Amino acid sequence: MTLLVGKQTRAIVQGITGNQGSFHTRLMREYGTQIVAGVTPGKGGTNTQGVSVYDTVAAALERTDANASIIFVPAPFAKEAGMEAIDAGLNPVVIITEMIPARDSMVLMAYAKEHGATIIGPNTPGVITPGEAKLGIMPGDVFSLGGVGVASRSGTLTYEIASYLTRAGIGQSTCLGIGGDPITGLNFVDVLKMFRDDKSTDAVVLIGEIGGSAEEDAADFIEDTKYAKPVAAYVAGRAAPPGKRMGHAGAIITGTEGTADAKMKRFREVGVRVAEVPSELPRLLQQQKAATIQQ
Amino acid sequence: MKLFEYESKSLAQNLGINTPRGGLASTPDEARDIHKRIGGEVVVKAQVLVAGRGKAGGIKFGSKPDETRDRASEILSMTIKGEKVKKVLVEQKLAIKKELFGSIVLDRVNKCQTILASDHGGIDIEEVASKSPEKILRHRLDPVFGMRGFDARQVALKLGYGGQRLNALTDLLANLYRLSVIYDAELVESNPLVETSDGKFVAADLRVIVDDNSLFRHPEFQERSKEASAEVTPLEAKARENGLAFVELDGDIGIMGNGAGLVMATLDMVNHYGGKPANFCDVGGGADAEHVATALQIIQGDQKVHKIFINILAGITRCDEVAKGIVEVKKVVGLKKPLVVRMQGTNFDEGKRILDSAGITTLEKMDEAAQLVTSAKVA
Repeated sequence: MTLLVGKQTRAIVQGITGNQGSFHTRLMREYGTQIVAGVTPGKGGTNTQGVSVYDTVAAALERTDANASIIFVPAPFAKEAGMEAIDAGLNPVVIITEMIPARDSMVLMAYAKEHGATIIGPNTPGVITPGEAKLGIMPGDVFSLGGVGVASRSGTLTYEIASYLTRAGIGQSTCLGIGGDPITGLNFVDVLKMFRDDKSTDAVVLIGEIGGSAEEDAADFIEDTKYAKPVAAYVAGRAAPPGKRMGHAGAIITGTEGTADAKMKRFREVGVRVAEVPSELPRLLQQQKAATIQQ
Repeated sequence: MKLFEYESKSLAQNLGINTPRGGLASTPDEARDIHKRIGGEVVVKAQVLVAGRGKAGGIKFGSKPDETRDRASEILSMTIKGEKVKKVLVEQKLAIKKELFGSIVLDRVNKCQTILASDHGGIDIEEVASKSPEKILRHRLDPVFGMRGFDARQVALKLGYGGQRLNALTDLLANLYRLSVIYDAELVESNPLVETSDGKFVAADLRVIVDDNSLFRHPEFQERSKEASAEVTPLEAKARENGLAFVELDGDIGIMGNGAGLVMATLDMVNHYGGKPANFCDVGGGADAEHVATALQIIQGDQKVHKIFINILAGITRCDEVAKGIVEVKKVVGLKKPLVVRMQGTNFDEGKRILDSAGITTLEKMDEAAQLVTSAKVA
């Protein structure tokens, strides 16, 4: 079984006729992802990158058997695009769009929860099962198939770390970005649960950053459930000053909350090995695995 | 986007939220005139966006108009945590029975809005929150239905109120929530929220932070959001006008990269090897040559920058475009500071060829590049 995406995924691209939408449709197909339809209101009946375009998700589903969606539509329309995908029963729904109002995300996540849909993002690079499929904008060639599940709040930093793992001969089961926004569909705890129950994942890497408490919550969960799989982590933003938004809407230290040092400390307290620099992760992961096997 | 207290209160007044009588002054004389008009004793408050003005001496009292003018004069010459005071709010001093704290916050973890309230309001609320968190009530609001009357009423009741006062506090909390909805605020906070001796609830202070991502649907803030904010340095303002995510820091190594997480990690790594970053600059995904050139010129134009580190992991971004941007700057204005370029990913070979032919060395590993730029070899 593959988590979230795989050979079984048949995706719709919402916002397929835009620059990003059409460019990444091509790259996702080249990687092996089945893209069965595109949706752009007003462009129904046309064709982009060899994919038929429909005006609505419902119309696309009359002609195809899609089961997932990836969304590139501009921020003002992203909430409704997400609801349209959920309404049609598509799952998971990956939202690449950034700068979505927090209130829209809040309502969208409540809608997803009510319908049992998994939202990845917003403001995410997406999700990849190396060698099978990707629903996202990540460069496929830095990933390799293996047993490490990777979850991150960032995009390019994930590629950086995946390439270290790949070069060290450590493959990945699933890599996903939970998103750089304050409100996202999945948090680290949700992902830890998925990786715990996934037979193809034998260790986990969490890539956190300043702001919020996703890392502390993950540490609490690891401690409370005596998490059985080894976990290693990196937290970006030690050099970030308080009160400044570091690129991501969610990356801001408020008061004394959300600092990288506090997150690293909490991770270490629960036995997670924390890298000082990203390139240390492969070595830490190997140490962590060795220690777990001995126990 | 943070609003000033006087801006927040003007929005609140339109919704029927009680605020102290008063007015805004830019000069000591204006402050005196406001005092004459409202009479009684007044409080003079610095209008700044940074928190902690009370402890910094930015709030003073005046019992006579001339005294108010002097206090206003003192405050108007202050700089609080780097922010110059340009205006003061002159308000009637309230007859305080109790200082409460009430706010509507965006709750990241629970993906909803939450009411935070306490009957231990006032200047030390942060200390209350960290030392006795049980004194702060947390009441989650439904993400779709929002605040219902009973949500606010439950909070008012738990704060110990009954009768008319319960209803009055319920109305005020409901109006703070309405304010958050109408203006897409990620924070609406009144501290202190004052219970007066005659049984009214008044937002003695009010802070509103509007969600930046919502500004597209708030034409009423369009002009305001363009104003150079005191929170933003001139360099940051210039960079942001050019579409860069940019934060100025106090070191001497200029940093440029693609992707917020990678740039943060770059700063950390430079720090780790003993260097001091001068800025955070994210050119974003898919940056073209022109965008890279603009970013590089802004960074090298910063006086305190002695060397520059460009760190690109190309996915949607292409190494050849980045290289062209760098070479463009070299041709047009010249490279004024030593430069270390790390690139990896899409179109690396072409990018490296372009930089090689311009005499610029490219490294492929982030660690090596960070060690090089922080070493004495680059100076």
